[in-house]
Parts: sequence; C-alpha cells; structure tokens
Amino acid sequence: MYFQVHQPYRLRTYRFFDIGADHHYYDDYQNRYLIRRIAEKCYLPANNLLLDLINKHNRKFKVSFSISGVALQQFIEYAPEVITSFQKLAATGNVEFLAETYAHSLVALKSKTEFIRQIKMQVDLINELFGQKPTAFRNTELVYSDEIGEMVNELGFKVMLAEGAKHILGWKSPNFLYNNSYQPNLKVLLRNFRLSDDIAFRFSEQSWSEWPLTAEKYVDWINAVDPKQPVVNLFMDYETFGEHQWKETGIFDFLNDLPGKAFTNSDIIFRTPSELSDLLESVGSIHVPFPASWADEERDLTAWLGNELQDEAFDTLYNLTQKVRQVQDPSIKRDWLFLQSSDHFYYMCTKWFSDGEVHKYFNPYNTPYEAFINYMNVLSDFSIRVDNWLAENPDSPEETIGKAYVNIANSIKKEAKSVENELKKKMAGKINDFNNLLEMSDKELKKVIKDIDADQIAAAIKDLGEEVEERFKKLASPKNRARLEELKNDAVDFTKKKVTEGRKAIFEQWKSFSK
Amino acid sequence: MIANMKVLMFGWEFPPHITGGLGTACYGLTRGLAKHNTDVIFVVPKAFGDEDTSKIRLVNASDIEIDTRESIYHDLWKRIEYMEIGSNIIPYISPEEFENRQVIEELEHRKDEKSVLGRKYEFSGKYGTNLFEEVARYALVASAVAASRDYDLIHAHDWLTYPAGIAAKKVSGKPLVVHIHATEFDRSGERVNQQVYDIEREGMMEADKVIAVSNLTRNICIERYGIPAEKIVTVHNAVEPTGKEELQAGRAVKEKIVTFLGRITYQKGPEYFVEAARKVLDRDPNVRFVMAGQGDLLNKMIKRVAKLHMSSKFHFTGFLRGEEVDRMLAMTDVFVMPSVSEPFGIVPLEAMRSNVPVVISKQSGVSEILKYALKVDFWDVNAMADAIYSLLNYKALPEMFKKYGKEEVDNLKWENAAEQVKAVYDSLFK
Repeated sequence: MYFQVHQPYRLRTYRFFDIGADHHYYDDYQNRYLIRRIAEKCYLPANNLLLDLINKHNRKFKVSFSISGVALQQFIEYAPEVITSFQKLAATGNVEFLAETYAHSLVALKSKTEFIRQIKMQVDLINELFGQKPTAFRNTELVYSDEIGEMVNELGFKVMLAEGAKHILGWKSPNFLYNNSYQPNLKVLLRNFRLSDDIAFRFSEQSWSEWPLTAEKYVDWINAVDPKQPVVNLFMDYETFGEHQWKETGIFDFLNDLPGKAFTNSDIIFRTPSELSDLLESVGSIHVPFPASWADEERDLTAWLGNELQDEAFDTLYNLTQKVRQVQDPSIKRDWLFLQSSDHFYYMCTKWFSDGEVHKYFNPYNTPYEAFINYMNVLSDFSIRVDNWLAENPDSPEETIGKAYVNIANSIKKEAKSVENELKKKMAGKINDFNNLLEMSDKELKKVIKDIDADQIAAAIKDLGEEVEERFKKLASPKNRARLEELKNDAVDFTKKKVTEGRKAIFEQWKSFSK
Repeated sequence: MIANMKVLMFGWEFPPHITGGLGTACYGLTRGLAKHNTDVIFVVPKAFGDEDTSKIRLVNASDIEIDTRESIYHDLWKRIEYMEIGSNIIPYISPEEFENRQVIEELEHRKDEKSVLGRKYEFSGKYGTNLFEEVARYALVASAVAASRDYDLIHAHDWLTYPAGIAAKKVSGKPLVVHIHATEFDRSGERVNQQVYDIEREGMMEADKVIAVSNLTRNICIERYGIPAEKIVTVHNAVEPTGKEELQAGRAVKEKIVTFLGRITYQKGPEYFVEAARKVLDRDPNVRFVMAGQGDLLNKMIKRVAKLHMSSKFHFTGFLRGEEVDRMLAMTDVFVMPSVSEPFGIVPLEAMRSNVPVVISKQSGVSEILKYALKVDFWDVNAMADAIYSLLNYKALPEMFKKYGKEEVDNLKWENAAEQVKAVYDSLFK
C-alpha cells in the first residue's frame, strides 16, 4: 500500500493591478485552514492508526508514502505535529518514503535539469526529516513514460511507480513487476486501479452494488487474484482516509480491520516498493511511449495540460526556467517552486464541462477561466521580478556569470533549433496555412520571394490585408514592386487556384532555402 | 395531444418594425414553432405590410372592427376608462424621449380623434403616451379576434398583451400561456409602475402556464409576483442565424477596443463599465473603450469619464443601428455586458457570433446557458477589470473563446427553444 500526500500552496485572488505592486501570491488563511483541517481529519488520526497497526501486528504491516516538498513545507509552517507523527512512523522501520519532485510538478515533461534539481531537493528534505534516503521514485500524478523512466534510472533509483492503465497494459495484468523498456534496471510497479479505486472512490458510494465494503470482503477479492500474479499495488491519495471519505463512512474501521483480516484470512504479506523490486523478478518491459497518469477515465495528461489555457500557462512558466536558474534571491526561488505545482493547471481543466465531478470538488475556482486569469496575473508579476533581479544583479560572482552565459547561449541555441523544427513541422503539414510563412523575418522573406514572379506573389497575398501587402511590396525586387503596384491599380482578381499556386510557389522556395 | 396545433399569439411588435429584443424573439419563436407542426396566428397592434409572413398568419389589430356598445365589450370598456387614469408614466422610454414623443403624438392625435370614437382603432403600436389606452383597446380587439378564429390555445408576450390574452381566454375558454421576456423590475429597478406590475401579475395569475426566458426571471416571478413555482417553465431564448457575411472591418486605431453596447440606463450597469475601464487603463494604456447607446444616464457617464481623466480613451457613439452595430462588433476585441438585471440578453450572443469574446454579468439570463464567456458579478468592478485585462493580454483565453464561442451560439437554435415551448403547450392537453 502506498499513499500520496500532497497539498499545494493555493493562490489568493490576485488581480492584474497587483502585478508589480504586491508580490505575495498565496492565500495564507485558506492554506493554514485546510492544512489544519486535513491534519485533524486525516493525517493525524490515520498516522496514529497506522502506527498502532504496525505495532499490533508485530511489524508485519508495512506502508509507503510519497509526501511532496510543498506539503512538508506547509506542515512545518502550519501543523508541525504532522511531521512528528510521520517521524514516529519512520522510526518503526516499516514505512518507506518515496522520492518525488519537491514541487509536485510536471517538470519531467519540460526540463531534465530542473526535474533532477527538484528531486534532489525532495530527497534531501526526506533524509533530513525522516532519516531515509529514498530508493524508489514516484512522479507527480503517477505520470510515467519510457523517457521519464530513463531519467529516473539515471538518477540511481531502482524502482518507479506508475498507473496500470488499460491502454498501457492491454491484456497484461498490473499484478506483476515490470521494467523500463530502455533501462531494464529500473523496475516499474503498476497501480491496480480497480482495487485501489474500490477504496479511494467507491468506498462510501451507497449506489455501488458492493456497498458497504468490509475488510473481509476486500481480502476475499485479493485472494481471488490469480496466485501466479505476485503483487497487488494499492496506490491512493492519503486524504482518502478521513477527508475524501469521511470518518462517518467507516473508512478508518476498514483500514483498522484490513491487516488483521489479511493475516488471518489469507497469506497476503505487506511490502514496500523497494523491497518488492529486490524480491521479485521482472516479467518483461513495459512500453509507454506517451506519458500516462492516474487521472480520469483517459489516464493521460489532459487533466493538467492540453487545453489552450493550460498550455499557455505551462509554457509561459517554463519559458522562465533558464532565467530563474541564474537568480539567487530565495523568495524568487521559493515562488518558482510553488508555482509549479500541478494543481494550478488542474484548476484550468475544461473537461468538467462535460464530466468529472471530482474536478469540481478539488477546485477552489468557479471556472477554469478564473483559475487561468489568476495564475497568469501571478506569473506576470513573477516574471517581472525575475527580470528586475537580473537587471539589478549584473555583477554576481564571475563563475555564475560565466555559467550563465554558457547556459543562455545553450538555451538560445536550443530554443532556436526547436522553433525551427516546430516551424518546419508546421509547414510540412499546412501549405494552406500561409500565415505561418509570414512569421519569417524581413531578411528571410526578401530572400524567399526574390525569384518569384510578381503575379504569383500578388495572388498569394490576396485578401491578407493592407499590412501584408505593404510588407511584400517593400521586400520585393524593384521590378516586382512595380508590377505589384500595377496589379493593384488594375484591381486584378485572382482565382482560388491561382492563390493556392502562388502560395505553393513561395512555400517551395522557402523549403529549398531551409534545407 | 393535438397533432397539428393552432396558436393565437399576441405580440406588440414584429420585425422589421421593432424597438428591442421582444419582436425579434417573437419572430424566432414563430419560425421555430413552424418546424414543430404548430400554426401561429400572430396579432400585432399595427401591421405595416412588409412583415415576413411566410410562417405565420399576421392579423393587424388596426383592421378589426368592433362596436363598443355591444354588451360583451362592456366590462372591458370600463377597464379602459380605469386604465387611462395616470397613464402618462411610460415604462419603456426615458423622460427626455417621452417629452419629444408627446409633442409629436399631440399633432398626430388630432388627426386620429375620429377613429378613436369609431369602430376601428388606428393603433400606433409604439410605446407612446397613450400606451395604456392602446393596451386596453388591443384587449378589446383581441376578444373580437378570439371569438371569430379557430385555435387551440392563446400565447401572449409581455404585459402589453396580457389584457388581450386574458380577454381572449374569457371569450373562448381556451388555455392561456403568458411569456415573460422582461418584468417591470428589470425595466425600472425598484421604482416599479404599480399599474404595469398589476397587469403583469394578473396575466400570470390568469395564465395556465407561464414561460420565463431565464431562471433569473423565473425567480423574480416567484419571489416578487408570488406566482406558484410549478406554474412557471424556463425556456431560454435562442438566436436566428443571420446569414450575414462576416465583416472584416478595417480598424482605424491601433489600440484594442472594449465595447459596451446597450441602453445607457441603470439596469444595464454602465457605471460599472466606466469604473472598470479606469482600472484597466491604469495598467494598460493601449486600450480604447466605447460606450454605444442612448439613455438617461448618458450625461452622467460622460461626466464621470471626464472626472476620471480618460475622455481621450473612452468614446461615446450614441445610438447605433443595424449595420453600425455589426461594424462596431467587428472592430471590438472584448465585449462587456455589465447588466444589473437582464432577463436574457441577446447582444453578447451577437458579439460571440462575430468572434468577439465577452464578459457578462452573472445577473443576466444568458449567463445561465453560456460556457465560453467570462462571468462576473455586475458590482465586482475589480473582477470585471481583471476579466477585460486578461482577455486583452493572455491570448489563450480569447483564442479559446473564439474557437468554441461561435459554435456554442450557433447551437442555440429557435427550433430547440420552440420544442420546449411546444412541450409546454402539450402539457395543457394531457
């Protein structure tokens, strides 16, 4: 059994007129209130119960946690007794703490350097608080792909957790140990989503045919799993206990009964991820070319990324990566982390227009638009602060500057390359989307249209407006310019075919140059 | 259930002779009903002869002869005398406008004096000084029409036609549906005209079913008029496809344009737009604000804008019609409707259809059905300013709205709204 513990730093209502004027982004009151409430309803009673269970069953009962850095930070700030109670659990030796990204971020999709940095921060914090150096890794929202697995392997972790999504597994069962398809050394444990969600989502659902769920019944279900399948991975939010499922639903009684029933009614044993990776042999590699997560029906990233709002916010944030790396200011560094929490993007999800009551429940905003507006306002201020700091600190230590230059140069090169590739890709698919070509610099465009017939140019830019016309006229050769003028004065009209041909000609020319 | 239903419908106006959304909505509804096997006899006070009668039979009340000496008209006639008392309070227009009209009407009236006493009555079909007299007269004509036609039920639009609807019901015994496009509270705020309120209430009480254009309006009917909730059904308005070519208006200024378009009256919340404009301009001088429309608060708004030192960035256009509205929308980057109380609100839909993202108040009926719009409380100037600023600065938002907004509006078809109205009709014959 593995539990995820995470709470983001929720943002306050941050209006655009706060930009540049007020640099405090968080709803301190709300954050304190929620942390305290959840601590009292869930973390503290659940931790106490687990501690009792471990002691009661002669240390045969084991669990694992992944606690995000931003959650730990808030416990330290608002509810230090939660830290103490986790420390007690750690002291039993029966609890494994996993590594994850400090900010509970989706940075794995954007920047390897930043990904590594955040994991290191998290590992250090876990080590400092609980005296354990994590050897198992769990990415935010169980986001996993072959590539992410490869990076995680490089960092020295031996096992990683992922979702047992149907589209990944096909006919395979999640109840085996697998390995990464590039790096067989990295083992992969897959969530059994049916059995996990029976507890996390369905436990209190009275319309569910299996309601009420007892520990006895649940152990029977696990017994019913094919004995050749060695492991059942139950991954869920820790807040399931007491917060998502209230105490009154009997969720704590269920948890209390579970190990006992497991030991008397079955030969189930409890193991942590790292133990499993040592104990079991991998049955083969698991192939996940596109990132998968544990969210919603689709088990993909669409709860956090994919709509226009999320993508713009996400890109705007990570476009700052290189700059922020040079900043030494601790408050900027802190905000940089807090703003990366995946929750901010989750709030901008538009999927709940059609489905997903879950989304609404966890969302402090009325609409995804409000979430987006608020976040972008904050990000605008943050970006100004970063720029200001860099402008005010041109003379940081020489080494930093040297490094910074290399970094900037590299990033610019990389950026340019990726923009170029992007553009090429776009072009290849969309000859008709002539507008893309218009993004070229004057110099480039001039070169491209130099040898194109004026009539073709005129056809190509038909209906694109005065501005485009002027631009082409300016960049055309003198001969062509005269002809363009002439065509305009005669108000020559071009057929659709001519327009397409003209555009194609320019496009071909561009392609031959860019090869 | 009746297979081919016939409806006797009373309205005050019909396109192209309209002053507001009422006529447009009636037109859309009748066209929608035609697709659901429902025939409509539409009675207007005054027909001009150029109305689109392809889907309806239009009856011109001005053509109907009645003899007020006949006993069936006797009761109604007494009502008219009663209603004429104090009838110079006109709810639909501003005091300035009222004064102008009075002069014109006095001139016109002298000519018409004979016809008032005669068997026919020449309606103006406007919202003039003798509105109450016309309303009562119209009811008189309605009973004559009701007695001579064949139909299954009666449907009356807004208070002006409720006396007509009630009269028709009394004469024929057929069920009555009244349709609330706006209540007196939407038009006049808390300073309601008691006579109008009474007519509205009586209409709803006498009706077998009441149709409200939004839940917002439905709640007003329940709370302010004491109408039983189960009697009122919400049917949101729709929009007719324009079939117009999309306008590519050349924009004359380089700044982005934020537009308010509507009557400049208390109910439309123009002052909140003005205050929000100041906040946006403080941060982003690259914007121009436009207030298009006419109304009793215009002068006050002009003064306020001057006081806030933004007259060079805030423009008043006066009343815009037809083509001008389209051109205004074509050059608009953000459309704002900050209404204090808006039973439905059709203009944001027109904006969205022109690919303009919109900010609308939560106190509007249309906000109940739109997803791709930013919604704020009309009084929350900060949120309004923030919404405007975001649409101007964070491009993903307007892009998303443009991409899906037009489609959303195109799906609001009168055909579907009419189907719901038809269901209300059917419920009366179960």
